[in-house]
Amino acid sequence: MVQFVLPAKSRYKDQPGRHFPAPPAAKRVRRFRIYRFDPDSGRPPCVDTFDVDLDRCGPMVLDALIKIKNEIDSTLTFRRSCREGICGSCAMNIDGLNTLACTCPIEPKGAECRIFPLPHLPVIKDLVPDLTLFYEQYASVKPWLQTREPAPAGRERTQSPRDQELVDRPSACILCACCSTSCPSYWWNSDRYLGPAALLAAYRWIVDTRDETGGERLDQLQDSFRLYRCHTIMNCVEACPKDLNPARAIADIKRRLASRDD
Amino acid sequence: MKAYELVEHQFDVIVVGAGGAGLRATMSLAEAGLATACITKVFPTRSHTVAAQGGISAALGNMGEDDWRFHFYDTIKGSDWLGDQDAIEFMCKEAPAAVIELEHFGLPFSRTEDGRIYQRPFGGMTTNYGKGIAQRTCAAADRTGHAMLHTLYQQCLRHEANFFIEFFAIDLIMESGECRGVLALDMATGTMHRFLAQATILATGGYGRTYFSCTSAHTCTGDGGGMALRAGLPLQDMEFVQFHPTGIYGAGCLITEGVRGEGGILRNSAGERFMERYAPNAKDLASRDVVSRAMTIEIREGRGVGPERDHLFLHLEHLGADVILKRLPGIAETAMIFAGVDVTRAPIPVLPTAHYNMGGIPCNIHGEVLTVRNGDPESVVPGLMAIGEAACVSVHGANRLGSNSLLDLVVFGRAAAARCSAILKPGVTRGMPAAQATDPVLARFDRVRHAGGSRPTAAIREEMQRGMQLDAAVFRSGSSLADGCRRLAQTFESFSELRISDRSLVFNTDLIEALELDNLLRQAVATIHSAGNRTESRGAHAREDFPKRDDANWLKHSLAWVTDDGAVRFDYRPVHLNTLTGDVDAIPPRARTY
Repeated sequence: MVQFVLPAKSRYKDQPGRHFPAPPAAKRVRRFRIYRFDPDSGRPPCVDTFDVDLDRCGPMVLDALIKIKNEIDSTLTFRRSCREGICGSCAMNIDGLNTLACTCPIEPKGAECRIFPLPHLPVIKDLVPDLTLFYEQYASVKPWLQTREPAPAGRERTQSPRDQELVDRPSACILCACCSTSCPSYWWNSDRYLGPAALLAAYRWIVDTRDETGGERLDQLQDSFRLYRCHTIMNCVEACPKDLNPARAIADIKRRLASRDD
Repeated sequence: MKAYELVEHQFDVIVVGAGGAGLRATMSLAEAGLATACITKVFPTRSHTVAAQGGISAALGNMGEDDWRFHFYDTIKGSDWLGDQDAIEFMCKEAPAAVIELEHFGLPFSRTEDGRIYQRPFGGMTTNYGKGIAQRTCAAADRTGHAMLHTLYQQCLRHEANFFIEFFAIDLIMESGECRGVLALDMATGTMHRFLAQATILATGGYGRTYFSCTSAHTCTGDGGGMALRAGLPLQDMEFVQFHPTGIYGAGCLITEGVRGEGGILRNSAGERFMERYAPNAKDLASRDVVSRAMTIEIREGRGVGPERDHLFLHLEHLGADVILKRLPGIAETAMIFAGVDVTRAPIPVLPTAHYNMGGIPCNIHGEVLTVRNGDPESVVPGLMAIGEAACVSVHGANRLGSNSLLDLVVFGRAAAARCSAILKPGVTRGMPAAQATDPVLARFDRVRHAGGSRPTAAIREEMQRGMQLDAAVFRSGSSLADGCRRLAQTFESFSELRISDRSLVFNTDLIEALELDNLLRQAVATIHSAGNRTESRGAHAREDFPKRDDANWLKHSLAWVTDDGAVRFDYRPVHLNTLTGDVDAIPPRARTY
């Protein structure tokens, strides 16, 4: 079996974190165990424990994080913006699943809620991962309309509602990175495998009837790593907070490549 | 203060903000070959344009008769005659081309049966000067803002624009009344960067987070407005804050006006479609200010729903699952997540919620920022431009029509870029600005960074938000505004007792939130004082003690300056009641009913 050596100071399990108990009057208390890492401190990562009074907290995990930041520990660091599941900022790993904190309800019962950054990415601080590579992969599929024919003057390119439907769901991706960072194949080969989000973005243009470079787009993907490291594990579908289906898009790309005449 | 090392950058143009307006400007500037830097505190597709739902207005006439002149009339009437008619003419006339251009960029619009861009009815949008209902709002299902923002980011990638992502702009670098650039903090490393350019375009969005309950994202903190105020520039028409009729009760998340455009109906506790009483013609599709006031009155008079009778119901069950799934899928999802409601079976609990700032940095139709100088109320501030919600052109006047916002972004984003291309020569540089231009900026930053007082950002922020919610809401009165001004002055004062706990330089969001709060506080002060100052009711500004519009005294834009100690000074600019060209007749003020 393959043996791994973890980078120095990367094991959080050895590090005792701090514990912030709930106020004594709190009746409905939920325990949050949150990954902490501050590169400035020189200390390895740890997991802090925050007990939150659910009677004084909004319903979503993001509400709990904001309450903790506002009232308990303002150094807790995470990205957030729209708080309604459309901007994709607050993607993180909650109880083992990648999702958006803003649309993830706090489970009222059960064991503690464990919150970690999106897996297998460099961590900048606490729950903030470095998404540079993810964004580069997105840009690498040339995610913009490419045509040879000039656009009609003064009016739109027409597209039937049925053709539009092909684009409708794939174009709804919010680039939160929940899918790609849930994919074991992406964990192993993110340097060469594009991952489900970038492939879904490529697919969105391949199926757009207005785009005239479908052939070139497929050429670009015909590569044992960029596309074919997808092994239909399907974690991406499970993880997508917008109920999109990157796995089906990837399968369709493979099908199109397999059925090409050339 | 320890000396800050500055990382130096030189560009032709700097765009601050990467929402719809900032990206539209950035892509054109990059395409035109001007060295352009877009500085943004969030990754571009996280900007709040992404949350716009219903659509973008343009008189394409895809669904029936339409004319940009009807759009022009509707926008003026919607603005309650405070909008500048030359700017409104420019926007409405440019609209069809601007939308067609977005389609050519690849925006995934919904389609009609014959393959054209689908358009839906929206509030205040009519044909034949108020006689019919227009279908003018171009939609990509109910995530038009998402489609637009992603499309514009893709175009920026195509043109290889320079982005400085997760850079937080601290302040403008001003020298002799001219803008030379900005200082910005690289959040990931904590290093300070000086960006110098021939032109700086503020595209920083609104300041919705001055309110406790708002549809705005956490990041809508009006950073450009805060920077303008600190640079000694005025903000215009700050009393006009739009309350969107349908924010989800409790959560505040937006439910698009497109729901009513598709046939959704508001009902009170008696099941009555009460908008028929307030707006007999337009009913649920009256202007947002009209609907929000009607809802507030219904609740006040005891006809609200729920255990506290403090909200109303938005019904769309009767539209049928097919229409909902096809035209409003995002709404169905949002209502389920945040209200636990299956919209095919039950109504959504809604409440008027702070949504949009008509006010902002005064500017002309080229995006050039204006101030009062030597008695000239339209004196251009050299080197500084503003676009989008951060700006006040003013095309929205006292009340913005739904779907005119996305239009504003692309029309004026494009116009500002065109202006830069016309007046700037690529590669022209000048000497470094004097130390006096940056030292005070760094000193303020340093004070906030090391703030060791007793009040955390969150405490001051919540106090401000609750005060604005209470005293600068849908209805306002002189006495509550006076109370509000007094309380807010104390809150403003307490910023000097700020406490920052995070001393790290890496991704210090404790510090960023404090800097954002500074921006919010100044604009909250401008807003509530402007509201107290304007003794009339117009558009979104409804004074209970002055219920009538007063054209004799108040047909003018208010300008507010806020000093570092929170003192407010006013001046005024005339409203442009003239058109830009002879293509359309000006619409003189008249009574506004729907």
